[in-house]
Amino acid sequence: MTNPSDVVLSVRDVTVEYAGTPPVRAVRGVSFDLARGEVLGIAGESGCGKSTLAYAVTRLLRPPGRLVGGSVTFTPPDGGDPIDVNALAGEELRLFRWHRIAMVFQGAMNALNPVLSVRRQLSDVFTAHEPGMGRRQREERCRQLLDLVGIAPNRLSSYPHELSGGMRQRVMIAMAMALRPDVVVMDEPTTALDVVVQRDILEEIDRLREMFGFAVVFITHDLSLLLEISDQLAIMYGGRIVETGRARDIHAAPHHPYTVGLLNSFPSLRGERQRLHGIPGNPPDLAHPPAHCAFTARCPYAFAQCHEIDPPLAPVRSGDGPGTLTACLQYDRTLRPAGPDEALVQGRFDLDRLGTSA
Amino acid sequence: MTTLTIERLSRHFTIRDGRHRTVLRAVDDVSFELRSGETVALVGESGSGKSTIARMLARLTRPTSGRMLLDGVPLKNGYRAVRRYRGDVQMVFQDPFGSLNPAHSVGYHLRRPLRLHGLAKDSASEQRGVHDLLDRVNLRPVEVVARRYPHELSGGQRQRVAIARALAPRPRILLADEPVSMLDVSIRLEILNLIDRLKQEEDLAVLYVTHDLATARYFASSIMVMYRGQIVERGPSDDVILGPSHPYTHLLASAAPDPDTPRPERADLRALRGGQQTQSDRSGCLFRPRCPHAFDRCPLPVPMFEVAPGHAARCFRHDPAVAAGPR
Repeated sequence: MTNPSDVVLSVRDVTVEYAGTPPVRAVRGVSFDLARGEVLGIAGESGCGKSTLAYAVTRLLRPPGRLVGGSVTFTPPDGGDPIDVNALAGEELRLFRWHRIAMVFQGAMNALNPVLSVRRQLSDVFTAHEPGMGRRQREERCRQLLDLVGIAPNRLSSYPHELSGGMRQRVMIAMAMALRPDVVVMDEPTTALDVVVQRDILEEIDRLREMFGFAVVFITHDLSLLLEISDQLAIMYGGRIVETGRARDIHAAPHHPYTVGLLNSFPSLRGERQRLHGIPGNPPDLAHPPAHCAFTARCPYAFAQCHEIDPPLAPVRSGDGPGTLTACLQYDRTLRPAGPDEALVQGRFDLDRLGTSA
Repeated sequence: MTTLTIERLSRHFTIRDGRHRTVLRAVDDVSFELRSGETVALVGESGSGKSTIARMLARLTRPTSGRMLLDGVPLKNGYRAVRRYRGDVQMVFQDPFGSLNPAHSVGYHLRRPLRLHGLAKDSASEQRGVHDLLDRVNLRPVEVVARRYPHELSGGQRQRVAIARALAPRPRILLADEPVSMLDVSIRLEILNLIDRLKQEEDLAVLYVTHDLATARYFASSIMVMYRGQIVERGPSDDVILGPSHPYTHLLASAAPDPDTPRPERADLRALRGGQQTQSDRSGCLFRPRCPHAFDRCPLPVPMFEVAPGHAARCFRHDPAVAAGPR
């Protein structure tokens, strides 16, 4: 595990509910630690709760969404007392956001205001958060920000529709950088972009991270992308984290059947061709979450107890290093003294056992 | 054995900006062939013209010039000819949420093409046809699914319905325009495997339009790479992805996420990034403002040069006449 003194953001048992009849539990008891300067990748399919989690961590949840349990603690890396993010209100919360945690949203087209120039939107950050700053100084900072993300400063007068998708995303990133935050939460920042532009943006983020040393929570459905850029990885399914650990450990040896299935859903660009298939079935309905493991219905390795127990995250012993945590009964030695299924260990998602075919 | 031959197909759009008029060559002199039992992938970035090609093949957009031949016979115009053509060539669209009518049941969506193409004589055979189609795309139990409405189905199930609908007139050619890019990752391969299975079972010719190189390589026997309306490289899938010959293909392949390739091997990408600028004049190689290898011949018109049997690239570095050989 990460050195406790390095942790900037500590999330414990966060549960989020969307009001309704019945209420939908989009995030169910999620915990993670984000260390200083680290990239934590959160992967999962639509509806698994990954965006809701991001909103909960940044206190951006709006009704009907509601945090019903858990805590989010921010520890300033520059020393200072830990901040209970949930307790912040009013002015304190406003100061906390953007200074400490900034967010880059999915779809820059919608996140930028179409009727305001880039200058207006960038300098708004300074007007709101650093009221003492003069007009000329603001202009100077805005120019620096654009320059930082590789956009010519004369683009300040442009409106969002005059910029390409990649440039808009860069403006969003520039905005997030404005007050030098310690943590940047990025929710699908490159999803709508072409691969070449996506690669440019990723390199930009990498470069900025080296310069400023902020930590990143990177949320996307694209597991192959996350494996490449993350230090730590958390795989979400049905509102829970089902596997978490170092990205390269999970890449080398995935444990949870869902992770295995997800990895099998991406053909390798250059690797050998092998017979691949996705995961048959559909994600669980979180308005009626099962009392047992949410993946049981799609899992080829499910056995009797999987229909009764919802396993917690537990360490799996494998090789050296800090090890991976996974929430799967296959690794429960009291239920399976002989250890997990052989095919699962080999990283195969054995479709035949589900009795379905493509 | 069916072939759809595309000869020198172009599509230009006129863009009016105030009094300015500019011509956008969305598709510029493209030729290729689709054959039964083969999947051809058309890859490129957004705006490269790949969807316009698919739409022209579906006869949803009229080409500006060029011609298409089905089994060697040039296509005719007119309502009946187009309808007969649509019986042979069907399309699956990107968005399964937009391509099905929310007011109609799954059964309705499948009955209509059966009726329009005269494949069902009475309601009993119609129902048999609907159930058979649903069975072929693995939507079971068929009686239940047929009564469902689109909003009751998941994205993957909707795309299966869209595929079943495309299969209804018993086409010989299937055009799949980004058929999985709106779906969840765990569902994507299921749908692509389904198209692949149907291709084998029905001996379909498939055009797979995508921006995803990995699935293009995985499902297609050959790949065509488009850049700004032109095909810049074509060849057997593995050759194109593993040994890209055009600098643009190289850029695409090295930019794609690939956790199996260590990062240092991507170092050459930065050099390739160059300028994002595009030139308005369309003479010579269109990629040259971004190309790290550009040299004095690049402003000249570039033909396709054969790199290996069946593998060609629109790049002077592969001109046998360039004495130094590929640089």
